[in-house]
Amino acid sequence: MSEPVESKNKPKTIEDAKTEAALPALGLKGMLRWAWTQLTSMRTALFLLLLLAVAAVPGSLFPQRPANPAVVTQYIKDHPDYGKILDALQLYDVYSSAWFSAIYLLLFISLIGCVTPRAIAHYKAMRSQPPRTPKRLSRLPEYGTLVVPADAGIPASRAITDAAALLRKRGYRVEVRDADGERPSLGAERGFLKEVGNLVFHTSLIGVLVSVAIGGLFGYSGQRILVEGDTFVNTLVGYDQFSPGTNFQSGWLQPYSIQLDKFDVKFDRESPAHFGQPIDFTAQVTTKENPGAPAEKQVLKVNDPVTLGGTSIYLTGNGYAPVVTVRDGKGNVALQGPVVAKLQGDNYYSSVVIKVPDAKPEQLGFAGFFLPTAFVTEQGVSFSGDPELINPQLSLNSYYGDLGLDKGTPQNVFELDVKNLTQLNGRDLPAKGITLVPGKTYTLPDGKGSITFDGIKKYVGVDIHHNPGQVSALFFALLAVAGLVVSLYLNRRRVWVRTGTHDDGRTMVEYGLLARGEDHRLAGESAAIRELLQREWQLAPDASGSSATVASTTTKDQ
Amino acid sequence: MFPINETMGQYSELFMLLAAGTYTVAFVAFAWDLAKSSKTLRAVDLKAAAAAKVPVAVGSAGSETVTAAGPAGARTAGSDMRYAAERRAPARVAVALTILGVLIHGAGVVTRAIGAGRVPWGNMYEFLTTGAFVAVVVFLLALVRRDLRFLGTFVIGLAVIMLVAASVAYWTPVGHLVPALQSYWLVIHVSIAVLSSALFTLTFAMSALQLVQSHRQKTLAAGGVDKLGFMRLVPDALSLENLSYRINTVAFVGWTFTLMFGAIWAEKAWGRFWGWDTKEVWTFVIWVVYAGYLHARATRGWTGTRAAWLSIVGYLCVIFNFTIVNQFFNGLHSYSGLQ
Ligand code: HEM
Repeated sequence: MSEPVESKNKPKTIEDAKTEAALPALGLKGMLRWAWTQLTSMRTALFLLLLLAVAAVPGSLFPQRPANPAVVTQYIKDHPDYGKILDALQLYDVYSSAWFSAIYLLLFISLIGCVTPRAIAHYKAMRSQPPRTPKRLSRLPEYGTLVVPADAGIPASRAITDAAALLRKRGYRVEVRDADGERPSLGAERGFLKEVGNLVFHTSLIGVLVSVAIGGLFGYSGQRILVEGDTFVNTLVGYDQFSPGTNFQSGWLQPYSIQLDKFDVKFDRESPAHFGQPIDFTAQVTTKENPGAPAEKQVLKVNDPVTLGGTSIYLTGNGYAPVVTVRDGKGNVALQGPVVAKLQGDNYYSSVVIKVPDAKPEQLGFAGFFLPTAFVTEQGVSFSGDPELINPQLSLNSYYGDLGLDKGTPQNVFELDVKNLTQLNGRDLPAKGITLVPGKTYTLPDGKGSITFDGIKKYVGVDIHHNPGQVSALFFALLAVAGLVVSLYLNRRRVWVRTGTHDDGRTMVEYGLLARGEDHRLAGESAAIRELLQREWQLAPDASGSSATVASTTTKDQ
Repeated sequence: MFPINETMGQYSELFMLLAAGTYTVAFVAFAWDLAKSSKTLRAVDLKAAAAAKVPVAVGSAGSETVTAAGPAGARTAGSDMRYAAERRAPARVAVALTILGVLIHGAGVVTRAIGAGRVPWGNMYEFLTTGAFVAVVVFLLALVRRDLRFLGTFVIGLAVIMLVAASVAYWTPVGHLVPALQSYWLVIHVSIAVLSSALFTLTFAMSALQLVQSHRQKTLAAGGVDKLGFMRLVPDALSLENLSYRINTVAFVGWTFTLMFGAIWAEKAWGRFWGWDTKEVWTFVIWVVYAGYLHARATRGWTGTRAAWLSIVGYLCVIFNFTIVNQFFNGLHSYSGLQ
């Protein structure tokens, strides 16, 4: 447990006392207590905080599995010398690694060990009276005296009740002592909220951490590609990819539906430097909360998700989907529909893979590229000159044989495994590659069938997220900021006033102020109180600028 | 979406260059002020010493006099950083030039905003030019209440570097924002980030000076020779530490908001509020380092020099986050505007 440093001039704090007293005592209990004291000391907290900062860095230097597992696999392949070692050190999973978790868990244990006793101590302090009046107020960082003339008719006892009333009005908690005695005095204190703010701040951090954990346990997320006209229904089979939280149950999915009606992209045609860059994506969708619910038109944009059935749906990707019809060797339609083209380069230069498992007698496969605005260089290299469909073109190689889909092993839809396939078309083959523009059909060699490029649709990629910890994380974060601000800018102050009657009948008043912790406005508070007292007793104000406060400015107020 | 106005964009670039030129002159004036004023102070010392027939008060009374403020025999500027009576003509010229520069600079920022039809902080060029503007404005605002002119060379020097770097290394013509940045959260999140960074810039300068000053005070207290005469214009180490602490608390709250609003925006844009993207990692690291700094200020044995080092490390992380992370680390936040 640590107490904030009271003042720079007073290095003895409870913390010191504890550390000094905390030399390892004998026995297990003593050892444990010693370890606990160490763990919850301010120094350890500082050390763990700095360690946390350092430990977070490698996650930005090495690829991280949760963000992109494929990149990690590639990285390990590319660095055979140390790639595996880094993996053993969990450097591709920094934020779930044993060492990172250990640091923040220790930090939070330290935090709880820190906050609990402080909260108890503060609760007691709030209920107890302000500390007794020090013997020599002149030793306090802010000190001043006032003299009330004898004819004002304000005796020492009245002066102290006046001061008490003034301070109460100013928000102090006041206790008057010895009111009718020789030297009445009062102790006053304010700013208890400062410590409350600090406690709220630190406790809220625990709240944020717990909220994040809840999101990891009970949340889920998934992805789905939707071609114009497609409908997604929120069931497990509806997802292309799904990552459940640790505790996920499929029964939680509400079977809402979302249909992509139309997708528009606007490209920059104004600025020469960014010519052709997309500047707006807009998806028109029709949603239904439940299969039986009424349909609703909505707009989905980047930075503007659609919320549905406890989930949020985000627009995260898009591209073109050429629509093709493939006929097999028997002349039957074996495949008809859009094929999602995967973005590969500038201006929507995309790769296309078409698998036709239903083709008879032999399965067919195609692999190649889709170019929205095709250009071919003299070397025969094709590229896309513009993202819009000015001269769309599909260039493909074709294969026949066994696609390997029947074995049940999952396959990447964007890759064609040509191991068991025989190539029909290709740049190096007599039949050459297939080049198609919309509306055209190409007949495959050897009577294997044909392929028709019917037209082009657009597709979007959506991410679907459900995070039940999100709202409480935001709540605790806001609470933390509120606590932080209160704790940083509120000041905890104590004031003591003592009065007495001089032999000649004048009433002498002396007062002193003390701050807990940093307080650069203590002198200002002292001056303000002085002015209030002067006004109350109708004393002449001090000559401007020369407050009679005997302040030692070097100690507290710089 | 407002149309792009190339002419305005070109005006803006001209204003930026003019501002950089004006700042450069202001920088020279600030440097001249440091040199000249320290000479004046030394002359005053010598005269006082001659009158008192004692050697220049080097280490005569231990550390007490070191922090004492006063015209004669002063080795550091007043610890309250209020304006003193003596006139520093070069410093006044420098401040006047800075004000002129900031007006031109402001015109540059505004024309950039009009040219692009949006807030002028959407790529590295704009972060730098707008960031430098905010840093100078914050500095000038601080000057209203405190005599921080001793920071002038530093702040204005940095503004010149930022403007030159923007024009040379990060130049980007006016353009629309990519869809990922089209959000009012850009306005909120980035403006607070820029403002906090400007405040961190001030405290970085103060912490660096604090280290130099505390070294110098130690040397003087040990009876050494004052080799850093210009540091007389700079307040004592403790005052620097206390003021930079106060500014750092404000900047820390600002950074906390930067982090939170960034998380809220990430939730809006990508569906998760925290994903340890490189930019998020570094924002977090900066936040934790400054939290460490605040703790250090409350930990015995960690105030003073060590806390100053933490403040400096924190600022180096800010710089790193802005330059290296933006350009060389791949992440979702790829908006440097550079290809
Ligand atoms: C999760 C990590 C932590 C963070 C991010 C953090 C952050 C902060 C911040 C920003 C402050 C300054 C604002 C304020 O006064 O409320 C602060 C103050 C404080 N923290 Fe922490 N803290 C953490 C953990 C801890 C732990 C483990 C301890 C106890 C060992 C601790 C003890 C304190 C104390 C005593 C203060 C008050 C200092 C003063 O009165 O000036 N903190 N903390």
